Amino acid sequence: MKLKLYLASVMLFILAGLVPVAAIAEEKKDAAPAAVTAPTATPAAPSAAAPADAAKPAEAVAPAAPATPPDVKPVLNTGDTAWMLVSSALVLLMIPGLALFYGGMVRQKNVLSTFMHSFVAMGIVGVQWAVIGYSLAFGTDVGGMGLIGDFSKTMLNGLVIMKDAASGGVEYALFQNYTKEPGAIPEIVFAMYQCMFAMITVALISGAMAERVKFSAYCLFVLLWTTLVYDPLAHWVWMTEGWLFKKGALDFAGGTVVHLSSGISALAFLMFLGKRHGFPNERMAPHNLPLTMLGVGLLWFGWFGFNAGSAIVGVNTSDAAGGLAGLAFATTTIAPAAAGLSWMIAEWIHSGKPSALGFGSGVVAGLVVITPAAGFVQPGAALLMGLMAGLVCYGGILLKAKLKYDDSLDAFGVHGIGGTCGAIMTGVFATVGATGLLAGNFKQLMIQLIAVLAAGAYAFFVTLILAFVLEKTIGLRVDKEDEIMGLDQTQHSESGYNM
Amino acid sequence: MKLIEAIIKPFKLDEVKDALNAIGIEGITVSEVKGFGRQKGHTELYRGAEYVVDFIPKIKMQIAVNDELVSKVVETIQNSAKTGRIGDGKIFIINLEEAVRIRTGENGADAI
Repeated sequence: MKLKLYLASVMLFILAGLVPVAAIAEEKKDAAPAAVTAPTATPAAPSAAAPADAAKPAEAVAPAAPATPPDVKPVLNTGDTAWMLVSSALVLLMIPGLALFYGGMVRQKNVLSTFMHSFVAMGIVGVQWAVIGYSLAFGTDVGGMGLIGDFSKTMLNGLVIMKDAASGGVEYALFQNYTKEPGAIPEIVFAMYQCMFAMITVALISGAMAERVKFSAYCLFVLLWTTLVYDPLAHWVWMTEGWLFKKGALDFAGGTVVHLSSGISALAFLMFLGKRHGFPNERMAPHNLPLTMLGVGLLWFGWFGFNAGSAIVGVNTSDAAGGLAGLAFATTTIAPAAAGLSWMIAEWIHSGKPSALGFGSGVVAGLVVITPAAGFVQPGAALLMGLMAGLVCYGGILLKAKLKYDDSLDAFGVHGIGGTCGAIMTGVFATVGATGLLAGNFKQLMIQLIAVLAAGAYAFFVTLILAFVLEKTIGLRVDKEDEIMGLDQTQHSESGYNM
Repeated sequence: MKLIEAIIKPFKLDEVKDALNAIGIEGITVSEVKGFGRQKGHTELYRGAEYVVDFIPKIKMQIAVNDELVSKVVETIQNSAKTGRIGDGKIFIINLEEAVRIRTGENGADAI
């Protein structure tokens, strides 16, 4: 009952938020060209102002450095390509990491089912992405609305171009992030890098459903959610024709697309899924925290590919393996370190003991929060964002304990709250390649809020519909008896431990 | 003959065993058990969710002895298992009717 009330209030909040945002968006339409050019105009401004101050000596220099160099043809950069191949594999490794992270936190009768939630997402999304997902997210925009891609790249069509069928001679389509510089990587590498993101995003949601969801319902959900929620969101935010990209929304590595969307969707799914049998009175303590801590380590390791690899889509740069990747790498080290500490200390003061699970959760919260900001902020800002991440997400899970809704493994508490916090803080702290509130750009904060509310509302409502339809057709939950027996036995006919 | 059952703190097991060896006890049966007494359980906290653990792990020792040794064994266990804090455990003394050594068929005091 409380859960329903709580969710209803969240919905109201989102709706209430959408009204002014829609109004702002309307206003923004007039000012849209100004907003879009803002990021490029700002770095140009100092160079324009400098010659004005020292007009005479700079006269000769000013015409020699035109504000925008002409577009150049893409040239394959093997260094960037090598880094992106490694990054893709690193992001893939996060998924078994997530399986360990979640698997250790459930009861021992559900460990395999929880692992399978992550692993089967690799299977389903791996196929979906090649067949249709990449095209929906990164294909040519349909109707110029910036909402979704078309079917032009189904089966990764066009990424490998046959030149000479007789000899098998091929050419690889190139992905050039920034048209003013030549650096490019094969588009098929880019497609695979993005594939890993799609896989892990839907697996993140499984944390809210653990220990009671029916496996068949979960599999269908993975396919439908990735197609109907993830692919459009990726198009909105990362595709150059996407409407949020055009608005100038900043999301370096997926704070909005990955974490916010999965966290909010987890909450929506819970409305129809309900609590675990016996929650919250029965003991549901994690069965193997060393697995969870190993998962935290693998997630952090893989996250370097997730964040530092995302320099490939960095603003105004074509370098995938350069300074920007280095910055993202640094912030991905600093923020989770600070967040692990701040969660640990908060817990130490608040409940008496610094727990291992607390430190690990803090690290993940820090990773989530720094994700949208990784290549936009200075190391100092990353430190602040990390400290904030641990405190905010610790508050988030305490709220859950109070409200007694059953987000088993805190998909919303960590990813939903952390993703939202990170996306908004990016609009505050951004100084590299973009400007945020602290650099005097209030507009950026508004754009971030629009992105958060739009993506959050879209993910929430589509997931609500998906969950409703699945509930009415095949049912979301296993029988009560099966739930008590454990999902390993009843869904997979296996046991995690035979000792 | 008596059967002495002692419930002790797990970390005291080695000390108690050595002390009993020293007074010439030649056989002990040990099991890992769970329970609570005045010490009660403890609470565990996972991400803000609090669980009360009612039963805490203890060691149960069973020692069969002849009557003349009973007070010495009880005293030895009490001295070696004691920490002075709550939860040190209990010793029970039970009448033992018969004992048989399986290998030889000896019974009574000879079997102990």
